[in-house]
Amino acid sequence: MSTTTADTGVVAKGHATVPAQRMRRIARRRRYLTNVAATLFSFVVLVWTITPIYNMVMVSFTAEGDVFSEHIWPARTSGHSFWIVVTQGYWYLEHFWHQFGNSLYIATMTTLLVLAIGSMTSFSVGRMRIRNGWLVTNAALLTYVIPASFLAIPFYLIMNSYGLHDNPWSVIAALVTFATPYAIFIFQEYGRSIPIELDESARIDGASPIQIYFRIYLPLMAPALVAVGTYALLLAWNEYLYQFLLLSNKQSMTVPVALAQFTNSDQAPWNYMMATAIIYALPPVATYYAFRNRMSSGLTMGGVKG
Amino acid sequence: MSSASVIRLHRHPAVPRGRLLRYWKGSLRGSEFTWAVAFLVPYVGVFLTFVVYPVLYGAWMGSSPHLYAELLSDPIYQQTVVNTLLFLAFGVNLKLFLALLMSGFFMRPGWWTKALLMAFVLPWAVPALPTFISIHWMLNGEWGLLNNTLFILFGIEGPSWLNERWLALASAICSHIWKWLPFWTVILLAGRMSISQDIYDAAKVDGATGLRRFTHVTFPLLANLYLILTLLATIFLLGDFNTVTFVTGGGPANTTHVLATLGIRDAYDMGHPELGVAAVMSALPLMIPLVIILMRKLRSTEVQL
Repeated sequence: MSTTTADTGVVAKGHATVPAQRMRRIARRRRYLTNVAATLFSFVVLVWTITPIYNMVMVSFTAEGDVFSEHIWPARTSGHSFWIVVTQGYWYLEHFWHQFGNSLYIATMTTLLVLAIGSMTSFSVGRMRIRNGWLVTNAALLTYVIPASFLAIPFYLIMNSYGLHDNPWSVIAALVTFATPYAIFIFQEYGRSIPIELDESARIDGASPIQIYFRIYLPLMAPALVAVGTYALLLAWNEYLYQFLLLSNKQSMTVPVALAQFTNSDQAPWNYMMATAIIYALPPVATYYAFRNRMSSGLTMGGVKG
Repeated sequence: MSSASVIRLHRHPAVPRGRLLRYWKGSLRGSEFTWAVAFLVPYVGVFLTFVVYPVLYGAWMGSSPHLYAELLSDPIYQQTVVNTLLFLAFGVNLKLFLALLMSGFFMRPGWWTKALLMAFVLPWAVPALPTFISIHWMLNGEWGLLNNTLFILFGIEGPSWLNERWLALASAICSHIWKWLPFWTVILLAGRMSISQDIYDAAKVDGATGLRRFTHVTFPLLANLYLILTLLATIFLLGDFNTVTFVTGGGPANTTHVLATLGIRDAYDMGHPELGVAAVMSALPLMIPLVIILMRKLRSTEVQL
């Protein structure tokens, strides 16, 4: 790329005729205009992207009593609402840290199960090449393209009939169901880059499948495990519908469910609510930016799997 | 696959019994087959218990024809179908077209583009719920940020965005686009980056630059991916519950529901789960062909990107 431009530069200097100079001037002007347009465009994109998030931050820092007033910049900033959330000083927030813990527990368990089940399945289908493994891959593909919300009602009734309402494991089951297909794809795709001869030579040396799985497969799959683990963690932390349906007790509910409950009250304390929202959003945002590169490599690996 | 069967043929020249079992075992020997099955058991269990069983249970719940008669005579349901179709038409196409443009923009070199991309993915990185609640408040007619800004900057009294059906629906569609545009942009960006620079260099020699480069080189190469993404985005959007629930709440007066939210409303707020399942199942005539095409496409193009 750079060599071609250098070449044309030399050629242009050699034949520095009048039309060539004019051409260069036009090109320069066009580049200038493109840059101006790009800057304007970036500005519009930035405003569009940031506004709802700015609104969240602004409301959370607005001082008590100022929320219901016409302003676009808080007249008096105050971190009071964050203090209220952290100390659980409002009746909607009395179990905040417990609910935070519930979210964390559900997300962790989901991630571990997705990694375990996904890697075992892809090991059996992709590495051991079990006959008709494509049936399992297709089942996963089918699950991936069924919207989770379409299965919510029967799932909820089934869980209720087993007495699993308000039990975190019912949510974990739902999340594992909808996150594992993506894990299977990514693992299968990534597994193709690991030579199968490694498994075969270990097999000849007398290693059992379980040894191959733990000693060869899992260590080599580490990057994919990180990508999928991040994905499952974020999915479980961010999910709302199943948590709302299956967890209704204040002791068992998670942060998003508690947050949504705020909106039910008429005189919603918007500054507390936005402070809660920010505290709830920080861990996934931090995780996302920390593992961003690995996640996007996972995305490209799996093609269009989101 | 064929080499495996050849080996088997030579090792066991004439063993008539257990052919079915041998067929299933393939090239796996002895305890290996047991292990391979054991490794599959967890996922197959999850699939049967939490996908097949709820699907069958839902199909049984929504099997009675009078449910659909009840649905069709419900004016809220009729509005919901219109809303869902509008949501699909605008939400999917506008989002993907913008994503295509944005991915082109993010191909530009320079630190500024990279920095902007970092900010641009923020809506996708932040959980849906907090941002949608924030948008809901932002669009409040009296105290919302949007109308405050309009008033302070231009002296315009903005409308109550969420108190009128079409404005509320448009707000919900825009919120959906806001949330999901980064996701599709990143995928299309990856698609664009996987196009080799050699092709562009060759096209440049042939005089294809600017718009012609896009229509004759970039888009034909991205077309298949774009089609798959359209199908996938349609299905994802059909299942989108959070946007409408938190931006408009289905209001004003239940006029902005989509099928996913109406199903939950009928099942829980109205206490009629069968009707909720029927509402969701009425999307199946659209869903099933989409799923079939998409599964074929995904299977055949798995490695291409």
